[in-house]
Amino acid sequence: MSIFIDRATKLVVQGITGRDGSFHTKQMLEYGTHVVAGVTPGKGGQTFADKVPVFDTMAEAVAATGANTSVVYVPSRFAADAVYEAADAGVRLIVCISEGVPVLDMTRVMPYLRERKVRLIGPNCPGAISPGRCKVGIIPGSICREGTVGVVSRSGTLTYEVIHQLTRAGYGQSSCIGIGGDPIIGTNFIDCLAAFEADPDTKAIVMIGEIGGTDEQQAAEYAAAHVTKPIVGFIAGQTAPPGRRMGHAGAIISGASGTAAEKMAAFTRAGIAVMKRPADVVSLLKERRVAA
Amino acid sequence: MNLHEYQARALLQAAGIPVPDGDVAATPAEAEAIAKRFGGGVVVKAQVHAGGRGKAGGVKLAKDAAEARAHAEKILGMTIKGLTVEKVLVVPTADIASESYVGVILDRASQRPVLMVSPAGGIDIEEVAATTPGKIMKLGVDPRFGLLPHQAMQLGFFLYDELPQVRAAAAIMRQLYDAFVRAGGSLAEINPLITTPDGAVLALDAKIVVDDNELDRRPGIAALRDTASENPAEVKAREAGLTFIKLDGSVGCCVNGAGLAMATMDLVKYYGGEPANFLDIGGSSNPEKVVVALEIITADPRVKAILFNIFGGITRCDDVANGIVTATGRTKLAVPIVIRLTGTNEELAVKILERAGFSALTDMDEAVKRAVELAGRAA
Repeated sequence: MSIFIDRATKLVVQGITGRDGSFHTKQMLEYGTHVVAGVTPGKGGQTFADKVPVFDTMAEAVAATGANTSVVYVPSRFAADAVYEAADAGVRLIVCISEGVPVLDMTRVMPYLRERKVRLIGPNCPGAISPGRCKVGIIPGSICREGTVGVVSRSGTLTYEVIHQLTRAGYGQSSCIGIGGDPIIGTNFIDCLAAFEADPDTKAIVMIGEIGGTDEQQAAEYAAAHVTKPIVGFIAGQTAPPGRRMGHAGAIISGASGTAAEKMAAFTRAGIAVMKRPADVVSLLKERRVAA
Repeated sequence: MNLHEYQARALLQAAGIPVPDGDVAATPAEAEAIAKRFGGGVVVKAQVHAGGRGKAGGVKLAKDAAEARAHAEKILGMTIKGLTVEKVLVVPTADIASESYVGVILDRASQRPVLMVSPAGGIDIEEVAATTPGKIMKLGVDPRFGLLPHQAMQLGFFLYDELPQVRAAAAIMRQLYDAFVRAGGSLAEINPLITTPDGAVLALDAKIVVDDNELDRRPGIAALRDTASENPAEVKAREAGLTFIKLDGSVGCCVNGAGLAMATMDLVKYYGGEPANFLDIGGSSNPEKVVVALEIITADPRVKAILFNIFGGITRCDDVANGIVTATGRTKLAVPIVIRLTGTNEELAVKILERAGFSALTDMDEAVKRAVELAGRAA
């Protein structure tokens, strides 16, 4: 088992002929993801990599292939419309990799998706991978391994670092979800904690947060009340100065709120084991008696 | 991107909000001329992207044009929180009967723009929120409909008792919301919104922060960027597509990805060092970016050791290696460098580096530890 994506995922790639879209579609195909269609307006009728049909619109792509998931690789100024288009076409899950989507756009996207009961992961995220089953996005398949640890993170390469440490120590993953570094995102920590708690094949959860906002604090409260599986957590940005945006649009300490110390304290109060550095993930899982 | 007060005032004015007279000056003579034109007392205000201007001596009252010139002489060129003041705003002193706060923020938790108002204006709103939260009213706006008239009136009644002032404030709030959306803001505030003894409602100060992701589609707003008032290294980094933030330590960091960059800084501290900077070279790999990154890091005299931490995904390790070799071929490094690379094309990268006389590590902890040691030894 896994969360959000698995062997039943039938994927459409929005922006399949672009530089990033084409590169990562090849990687997803190689990994075994069922990429059933691609969409690029004006390129309908072409075939990508000798096997994936390309359509002009999402509506056509979904009608012709029965796709249930889309991944968005279009430039940021078109990303919000690509998400609306995917929702209108009827997919249940949209993964938006694009970085730089205006936050005001996201304030309009979110109620639109909620009304249609469509899940969005991202934007500005590396996507998701359920090792051995399906990969949607850009997380390198080579560092992952099938297993029972669920990983959820606001970051990209820091997630790879932690997955790498896990795999090296023999801890495989059920699913790894990169939820994105923006202030407004479709799927948050709590959504992932709930899904991992319900997934019988996930035995432990690793949460990688960072400075900015209160998502981690709320997730910690949720975990204390609703999650029975052991959780290990990390917060990036302990040395970040206040008031500065640390690369991610959402990674900013505003006034005295959103600091790493505050988030780590919330983790500790909720019984979440706090890593001091990424390499601690393995020893903390062992301490919690999670088997590799 | 932060706008200066004078720029934010102009945007509010364009939206129809009553803003008192005022003009911006780059020299003491200009400040004097502006004050003379207004006649009477004026306030001379430093235009700088830093809070606490008043406490730093960047806001001064002048009784006449000569005094305005004297104040401008002191304020222009002064440094507030590391930023040099290049311009001052000169405004006539206002007669104030009451001061309120009106702001629009993008609220992360509710995923909406939120209107926030308080009759306790003129002071830091975070302080009001912390000490007297009952004096703040918040209202979430559905961005598909904007701030509705009855919502604005409800907020107006929280601020004022007199109906004409309630109506005036409600109109200002709807105009402020429109200005916020038109600018692609993440924050727009008027602090203070004042009433005058004759009952007028005016925006005395203005602050707008623009979401950087909006700038591509708003060239008019993007043109307001004042690079002279920013840290030159940060400007250079941005123009090369890097994110750089200067800190005070001695270990220069160059990392791909914001989360890993923060975690690297934290690990430097964990092993007893201090990071000199945050630097994210981003996802796409381009050797030229690495060259600029190294130029920026080595320009900081406090840097005693350089640390590369690259986890290859989209970023190819060989591209980073080529960037390091190119940059160090142009200018010889004066400080030691520690390179950690793992992931996409790692083997190729190690070969490129070894051929140029560098060695590379694959473990993050080991690399950070070594960089901290080297920086400590040089200090």
